[in-house]
Amino acid sequence: MTSFRIDKPSVVDFETPVNFTFDGHSYRGFAGDTVASALLANGVYLFGRSFKYHQPRGVMGAHVEEANALITIGRGAHAEPNLQATTIPVAEGMEVFSQNRWPSLKLDLLSINQLAAPLLSAGFYYKTFMGPTKRSWMLYEPFIRRAAGLGAVSTSADDQAYEKDHRFCDVLIIGGGVTGIAAGLAAARSGLRVMLVDDRNVWGGQMAGVDDDLSGQPLDQWIGHSIRELQELGAELLSRTTVFGVYDGHVHGAVQRLADVSSHDGVKRPLQRFLKIVAKHSILATGAFENPMLFKNNSLPGVMLADTARHFMDRFSVACGKQIVIYTNNDSAYDAARRLAEAGLNVTTLIDTRPSVSAACQSLARHIGASHLVGWQVEKAHGRHKVKAVSVCKIDDRRQKQRISSDCLAVSGGWNPVVHLASHMGMAPVYSEPMGAFIVDPDSLPCHCHVAGPVAGSLDLPSCVNGGFAAGIKVAQQLGSTPPDPIEATAMHGFIGDWPMKADVETLSEKVMLDFQNDVTLGDIKLAVVEGYSATEHLKRYTTLGMGTDQGRTSNINAISLLTQLTGQQIENIRPTRFRPPFTPITLGALVGHHVGDHAQPTRLTPMHDWHAAQGAMMVPVGLWWRPRAYLKPGETLREAYIREAGNVRENVGICDVSTLGKIAVQGPDAGVFLDRVYTNNFATLPVGKARYGLMLRDDGMVLDDGTSWRLGENDYLMTTTTGGAGAVMQHLERLHNLYWPDLRVSFVSVTGQWAGMSVAGPKSRQVLGKAFSGTDFSDAALPIMGVMSIQTASGTILVARLSFSGELAYEVFCPACMGTEIWCDLLSHGADSGIQPYGTEALGALRIEKGHVAGGELDGRVSPYNLRLDGMLSKKKWFFGKPLLERDGLYGDDQYRLVGLISEDKQPLQAGAHVVFGDKASPGPSQGWVSSVTYSPSLDEEIGLALVKKQALEKDTGMYAANPVAGIHRKVRIVSHHFLDPEGHRMRL
Amino acid sequence: MIIDCPCCGPRPVSEFSYIGDAEVEKPDMQAPVADWVEAVYTRTNPRGTHLEHWQHLHGCRQFLKLQRDTLTHEIFAVELAGVYASGAGE
Ligand SMILES: [Zn+2]
Repeated sequence: MTSFRIDKPSVVDFETPVNFTFDGHSYRGFAGDTVASALLANGVYLFGRSFKYHQPRGVMGAHVEEANALITIGRGAHAEPNLQATTIPVAEGMEVFSQNRWPSLKLDLLSINQLAAPLLSAGFYYKTFMGPTKRSWMLYEPFIRRAAGLGAVSTSADDQAYEKDHRFCDVLIIGGGVTGIAAGLAAARSGLRVMLVDDRNVWGGQMAGVDDDLSGQPLDQWIGHSIRELQELGAELLSRTTVFGVYDGHVHGAVQRLADVSSHDGVKRPLQRFLKIVAKHSILATGAFENPMLFKNNSLPGVMLADTARHFMDRFSVACGKQIVIYTNNDSAYDAARRLAEAGLNVTTLIDTRPSVSAACQSLARHIGASHLVGWQVEKAHGRHKVKAVSVCKIDDRRQKQRISSDCLAVSGGWNPVVHLASHMGMAPVYSEPMGAFIVDPDSLPCHCHVAGPVAGSLDLPSCVNGGFAAGIKVAQQLGSTPPDPIEATAMHGFIGDWPMKADVETLSEKVMLDFQNDVTLGDIKLAVVEGYSATEHLKRYTTLGMGTDQGRTSNINAISLLTQLTGQQIENIRPTRFRPPFTPITLGALVGHHVGDHAQPTRLTPMHDWHAAQGAMMVPVGLWWRPRAYLKPGETLREAYIREAGNVRENVGICDVSTLGKIAVQGPDAGVFLDRVYTNNFATLPVGKARYGLMLRDDGMVLDDGTSWRLGENDYLMTTTTGGAGAVMQHLERLHNLYWPDLRVSFVSVTGQWAGMSVAGPKSRQVLGKAFSGTDFSDAALPIMGVMSIQTASGTILVARLSFSGELAYEVFCPACMGTEIWCDLLSHGADSGIQPYGTEALGALRIEKGHVAGGELDGRVSPYNLRLDGMLSKKKWFFGKPLLERDGLYGDDQYRLVGLISEDKQPLQAGAHVVFGDKASPGPSQGWVSSVTYSPSLDEEIGLALVKKQALEKDTGMYAANPVAGIHRKVRIVSHHFLDPEGHRMRL
Repeated sequence: MIIDCPCCGPRPVSEFSYIGDAEVEKPDMQAPVADWVEAVYTRTNPRGTHLEHWQHLHGCRQFLKLQRDTLTHEIFAVELAGVYASGAGE
């Protein structure tokens, strides 16, 4: 056992050693230890370097209030930065790293920042980088990034497991200290569904392991019995779970830490679980953090909170020092002093800033044999990496000085209630004179939120327990349950009742550290006030006070107290800065949960997917769908494959899986009237057995989607949409029906998944269909262009529509999804003699670009029919949705874009997204438009593209370029009609 | 936020899709352009109580009219809008 362990029973199990490393050095802790307690027990006091000045920092807090001892666990993809050494239990094989030091913790070259401190003062970032000298950011950024910062996030993918879950309860009690436990007892005894959540791994919070009693029962026994009773009453108890945010609708975000390192047995178990907790009522029993005291070098390792020193001793059998000096402005530290002394630790001196203290405090100091300096102040802590001595002086006679040897200066500046979660709900905390801190006014909360314990202004043990119980009763009453009678608990020890005396700003050094995590000193606060940033929210932004992962947990109240002294404001009139979620850092892994990789979104497969896969087709994701991109033959490149496939469509016949097209059944007596209103072109006259291409606009006149609608019966239409537009079109139709024309008798059902779709295209497509569906007449007379016919088979109805996206003689064959592969294979076998080949999305794209048909690249939500040269489809005879706003003159100005075709002058491929410009690479000039789709055209043997180019630029076309400055590509292009091939449409009229 | 759908009961907001301001007058088909500009672009964006249309997109797909506080996000009333609104349709 190391010399910093004391012989005292605690949660640490000395029979079970745990080996871990810190910055590569091996250490031994024990089961029950945290990283902080195990390292302190090993005599390690230096945990990290501070944010700006790279000062040495050690452990200052007991748990989640720790601002200094931030660590990274694990390495590479498994690294989790910015964890508090005080909250993480050690685990066998755990790799722990200190942060913000370079090259090493002991020898930190950047601690030269301490010498450059005047350069890094308040408003440093603003003054240096936001003003006229903005360019200097470029110069200094790499240095600043390395010098100022917390832990680094790994850039590799985290393959560890995380989970998400939803929970519901009558009452969520946040905080498993004595207040929360009492609240849980009252609520559970009333029959409510109770959830009790705490971020520690033991129950009892700050009071766990404390030697006290409650109504005659040892406190630890009361905690144990109460937890058992809660479990028996069916309450859900979650430890190591942090409620990090409170949101609207009674929603609470929480993360449960299930493990800190991956298991070694190869079985993937979740490390963390993200919980969305919806509670009818909530009780904030989040306790309080102890405040630091203010003096020069108050951030030196060895300076820690008084109750933290007590906590390490009570809970982990760790002695924080061998010559302990207590420095306080309130009574609570006397309790800590008593317990430390009774455990056999050497408490040499008690320093109290108050001019006089109660007889109880005096007798306690005598009892533990410590010298008692009342009305004295600590001026400075001495030591380079660790406290060695403290200088003190008498406040009303500063010539009286002493230097006291000490390796642990335990400080208490009073207690600061944890009001963060109430602040998330928008509640402004109010100043409590007796507490010397900000608390939550229960009347300011919505009726389903309650507070108890320190947050509500109670600090001593009995009033926390009684108040917690009362809060549980109140919830039960509001929910109509029968609550138990209130309790009147009493305690043996605890606070005596004299509250903190604030430090006088005049007596403090400028170098006094206020915000330990962000390195904000009293000097920074003074400078900010002088420069006019004296409102709390301004002060925060100007000095970074209260920012970071710490959010001012231990700095706020001290800073506000000094601010009021500097500005002459009344502290009652100060509104503390708003706290924002998350309360502690949350990993992205926990928020994402299992929704990663293939599980990030649902995968949709077409009915013929297995066939494509068996052919070894190269697949491509299109929205949620996976589609064949091309069917590569051995040795073929993608480019060679799609050129072959597209050429075969023009020459023979091809077949393409178009099952992904959105399909909506539009039915009802008013279906025709409805379609006539939502499409820009005339649909009222569409006869049964015919299809029509239609254009649909949004409210603002911009193009929403295009597609064909087939009239299958008197009141029965089948609408097709683009693959990506299906959801938006469905919602658009529903919205117009419900909110504009609820009187129309029409209904919509998405049937996308019900139909398998395949396009059979090419001059030989008719003969393939004729063979596959023998006995059916596919002649031009029987099935003219835009004709739709249905074929009844034993297995179901097959629809064949003569539609062409490729410009060839072509048919779309829709059959029930279950018949998809059968019909697909049928068509392939009957087409073998005709040279049929399947083709994928690349060939589909090449064919449609050659025809100048618009698709996803063009329909980006910013284009009007005029931009797409589809104004011919706007009916002049009827009203259609989007028409009124389409009539705005500005949509037809010279600066409007027009769809054009591009041909690459030097036969080099074009790139979608490139800008169309007038100038050469050296001086491209302003953008005149953009390239929306590109392909190689087998028919033209040219690299072509579609583009949207300003009308005025087209008028003075003097040769243009497609510019992609990011890739350094600048291609000379020729502007042509977007109908590259067969503009009269002869090829489809076979 | 939890929305109490008249068809499905209380459901998380992630199932719903915000449709728009329900206080805006829907113009007639033949209404002049100015009315459509008003309906599509002009919003009062109040701080406090507001009527809104939502759709239970990942649920019953019905359109709802919510009375909601834009400051506190408290929902005071939810009713069916559109085809199944009381008094509309049949
Ligand atoms: Zn619903």
